[in-house]
Amino acid sequence: MDVEGLLILVKSLPALLQATLVNLGLLLGLISLGFVVGVPIALLQVYGPAPLRGLALAWEGFFRGVPALVLLILFAYLPPKLGWGLEPFTAAVLALGCRSSAYQSQIFRGAIQAIPQGQMLAARALGMSRWLAVRSIILPQALRLAIPGWSNEFSSVIKDTTLASAIGVVEVFKRASFIYQRYYELAMPAYLTVALIFLILTYGGNWLLGRLERRLAVPGFQLRGADARTQAQAQAQAQARASTPAEVAR
Amino acid sequence: MSDVVLRVEDLHKRYGREEVLRGVSFTVRRGEVKVILGPSGTGKSTLLRCITRLTEPDRGRVWLEDVEVTGRGVDLNRVRASIGFVFQDFNLFTHLTALDNVRIGLLKVKKLPKDRATRIAMEQLERVGLAHKAAAYPAELSGGQQQRVAIARALAMQPKLMLFDEPTSALDPELTGEVLDVMTQLARDGMTMVVVSHEVGFARAAADELIFMEGGRIVEQGPPEALFTRPQHPRTAQFLKKITALYEGGGALKDER
Ligand SMILES: Nc1ncnc2c1ncn2[C@@H]1O[C@H](COP(=O)(O)OP(=O)(O)OP(=O)(O)O)[C@@H](O)[C@H]1O
Ligand SMILES: [Mg+2]
Repeated sequence: MDVEGLLILVKSLPALLQATLVNLGLLLGLISLGFVVGVPIALLQVYGPAPLRGLALAWEGFFRGVPALVLLILFAYLPPKLGWGLEPFTAAVLALGCRSSAYQSQIFRGAIQAIPQGQMLAARALGMSRWLAVRSIILPQALRLAIPGWSNEFSSVIKDTTLASAIGVVEVFKRASFIYQRYYELAMPAYLTVALIFLILTYGGNWLLGRLERRLAVPGFQLRGADARTQAQAQAQAQARASTPAEVAR
Repeated sequence: MSDVVLRVEDLHKRYGREEVLRGVSFTVRRGEVKVILGPSGTGKSTLLRCITRLTEPDRGRVWLEDVEVTGRGVDLNRVRASIGFVFQDFNLFTHLTALDNVRIGLLKVKKLPKDRATRIAMEQLERVGLAHKAAAYPAELSGGQQQRVAIARALAMQPKLMLFDEPTSALDPELTGEVLDVMTQLARDGMTMVVVSHEVGFARAAADELIFMEGGRIVEQGPPEALFTRPQHPRTAQFLKKITALYEGGGALKDER
């Protein structure tokens, strides 16, 4: 790469960074959707009545079992056929968000099941309904336990946002490919720049989550949490990941 | 009759093929303290849990004052809110401070305003001698302190009845005293209590009646002195002799550990 090439790259940097905002938007949308859907899925799997539990298991099984690219294409091309036009961006958030909800649900399920049974028992003995006990005793503990596993999911899906390029979302990966289509010799530098951007984002995000974990730390709880994690949660997660076939960016 | 707080009638419970409770009946009057003892696996914990239906009994009835706990359509959460339950392993909520542990039932179950809940909670912490630990998390408290907070948590709900399931058996011997002192004081204050415990000293000092259980049945019951000095049933005699040796000649037990 010569000086001229470097100049082109520097000049296209603002465009790359702007496209990165699209990735951040996708990330925010998909991870929030994954959280908002993933927590109830986990709760239904642990506490739900049989039919709802079955439904939650089916949801998790489907979205964890189908490759991300296939999901993206399903969400991009199926709704319009049914008369529901979707922006590629929205389709990507829905596809990747549903997928993340399946993974997140297993992080939360592991955390919920790591809470000793005595906590629920004591809450019920005080006169709390099951739902109140879940909300005010189980979830506040489980969500704390889930942060490390959740950081992992974060690191994974932030990079999955590049997959949205497959259905025409112009995000940073797509933008880099525009550069490379015009200046063939800039392919490597452009993609290395993308790699650097993601390295920084992933590192920064994990740093923030680490701070959150320390902020929410309860004396004595972390240690036991770490124990429980290595047993129940790491195991659940390992299983979750293992059952996914070789797939892009996972 | 009106001063009967708890009436248990013919409770049965089986787990699979094992019949854990085989028809247990007794009554507790207001201000009375009953101590239940018996060998391990005899169904004592199951009995306490069946009283508040934390475990569902198969058969039999339970009344709390004039409410049939086992009746159809009973508001179980309300019943439970008026029965204090103290567990062997404390079960304090790990993510909450001592104060919040005691306060949470008042806030979320009784829906009291925060300032009133806080005042009651602090009074109860004071009562168990732990007002100065209000801001501590369970992991920052000793076992004995945790159990006292758990007692305060139950007391804050102003229960009609307190159930204790081996409240000191998870504690080191030197920590049982502070918990038993709180319980003894509670008994003196007139609290109605059912206590599963093998603490001979407490039983003698605070119990109005001992209930000896074995094999899911009440074998014998009566005033502590009567049971200790002239038990009617050979199994009672055998068992009481054993635990007296363990607890009163406590040195032997401590050395064995
Ligand atoms: N949830 C359960 N499922 C199956 N069996 C159970 C369950 N809970 C208790 N049991 C069985 O019921 C029997 C009575 O148990 P329980 O805990 O009531 O005895 P206990 O008198 O409290 O004993 P300990 O003095 O050891 O606490 C035991 O044999 C136990 O194995
Ligand atoms: Mg027991």
